[in-house]
Amino acid sequence: MTIAAPPYSLVAAFAERSRWRAIETVLWLCALLPFWLAPTHLQLASQIAITALFAISLDLILGYAGIVSMGHAAFFGLGAYTAGILSVKLGWGEPISGLLIAGLVAGIGGYLSSLVVCRFRHLALIMITLGIGVMLHEIANTSHGLTGGADGLQGIRTWKFLGVWSLDIYGYVAYSYALIVLFACFLVARRIVQSPFGLALKGIRENALRMPAIGAPSQSHLRKIYTIAAVMAGMAGAVLAQTTETVSLEVLSFQRSADVLVMLILGGTGRLYGGMIGAVIYMLARDHLSGLNPQYWYFWIGLLLIAVVTLLPNGILGGLARVRALNWIREMRLMPRRRAA
Amino acid sequence: MSTPALVTRALSKSFGSLAVTQNVEITVPHGARYALIGPNGAGKTTLINLMTGLIKPDLGSILLNGEDISALEPDARVKRGLTRTFQINQLFPNLSALEAVTLAVLERQRTSGVWWRRLPAFGAAIEEAHAILQSLRFGSDTERVTRELPYGRQRLLEIALALATKPKILLLDEPAAGVPKDESAELFQAIAALPSDITVLFIEHDMDLVFRFASRIIVLVAGAVLVEGTPAEISADPRVREVYLGKGHRHG
Repeated sequence: MTIAAPPYSLVAAFAERSRWRAIETVLWLCALLPFWLAPTHLQLASQIAITALFAISLDLILGYAGIVSMGHAAFFGLGAYTAGILSVKLGWGEPISGLLIAGLVAGIGGYLSSLVVCRFRHLALIMITLGIGVMLHEIANTSHGLTGGADGLQGIRTWKFLGVWSLDIYGYVAYSYALIVLFACFLVARRIVQSPFGLALKGIRENALRMPAIGAPSQSHLRKIYTIAAVMAGMAGAVLAQTTETVSLEVLSFQRSADVLVMLILGGTGRLYGGMIGAVIYMLARDHLSGLNPQYWYFWIGLLLIAVVTLLPNGILGGLARVRALNWIREMRLMPRRRAA
Repeated sequence: MSTPALVTRALSKSFGSLAVTQNVEITVPHGARYALIGPNGAGKTTLINLMTGLIKPDLGSILLNGEDISALEPDARVKRGLTRTFQINQLFPNLSALEAVTLAVLERQRTSGVWWRRLPAFGAAIEEAHAILQSLRFGSDTERVTRELPYGRQRLLEIALALATKPKILLLDEPAAGVPKDESAELFQAIAALPSDITVLFIEHDMDLVFRFASRIIVLVAGAVLVEGTPAEISADPRVREVYLGKGHRHG
């Protein structure tokens, strides 16, 4: 038997897996490109950043804990309406505190629904999340006095950011703000998935039956991540409300829940960047294709979705990772030959 | 003597009209090596499911070191020191063996809820997980994902996950199921080498292994305890020969 490697290298292997990679720096620098390359499209870039944050929040529960939600827009909408109502009804338009309050309200909503949601799995779970989403949509629809109902919430005034920058028509401030919130939440999400808690979530995803048998309180783990994901979704919604200064019922729609699921699956679940890549592709495709033909652009999304799940079951990023792994295997096979040569 | 490690009192469970567990009364003293045997469908796995809380009994109670644990959830029973393994692998396919055992160690230390520090900061847990795997002579594949491991290694990982919870009582449901005969003896050597303060109750069909490694044997038939005794008593018991070892043995 070979002598086992000394333990310190084991810890190093864990550290290596969670190292910040050069490609990540490149990707985040790419997120700054719109400021120079597409200064007329910064509003779109801002929407993409918001959607990417929403997708990351879904990845935390779907990609890591295995909770398939069809009603994640509930928390996005809760955050958007909280930020909006703060300004319209209470006259408070300070964006940073508004963002935190929106996250808090969405988190409370997330925790309360987790008490029911996390007891179930599979089809029942999908239906419960769907049901909660639809219910919240109808509550917002009928609470005309508070939410503006189907007319949407008008008259939001977002104060200057840090008392200095006010929103401009090009979207410089909007995109900067959305990008900063996205990056901050991404760092938190990244830390979570690399922590002991993140490992426990993967354990639940990999084998929910075994977890209690190693003494794991799966239910409380699930409630916790569901709440954290709701906070992040709520913050994404708040950024949308604050930067567009309007909230429509669409933020709570089933369509939004379904769209973010599609983006995440396109990009690849369980790797954080998957949701972001998916959001970029989806939003750019929507912008481009709906410009060509406003009615039928979803046809192409449908085709892309089918192509990805049949050809790349782990999404676009999963496919890329596999290509890299194949290259690596090929190199490993070539090595002995090289040595012999 | 001190309080027994594990006691079941009048434990009963029915699925519809089928009584799978009937008035089972078992007492397992500290540090004992008990075997639970019986023909297929005798309710052996059901009994382990009842003890660990995976299913709730209709009647009766389970005592762990004299304390009634009947109302506790499965994970709370593990925290008190009652851990099981599964007859059919219940592993984490896409985690490496080391990650899986580290997870079990972290759960035991109640640090699995920590989300603000990265895993490498928990070096002691990782090292302990590695040590557990090596104590079972797992070899050098600790970093490979579970689904790629050979079946024999996966069975070892089943036990390693249980050991990481630092059990006081270990319930092993056919630990050598599906393992070739020569390897299964090796696997039981590893079990026999466990610290003597761990109480072990195991289900096993191979009578050679049962007689070699058990200090006492409980025979379960149709959900009820037929007889309990030392290996010598059990092998000499005509009722056991009748129902379990087969009628051929009576004349042989």
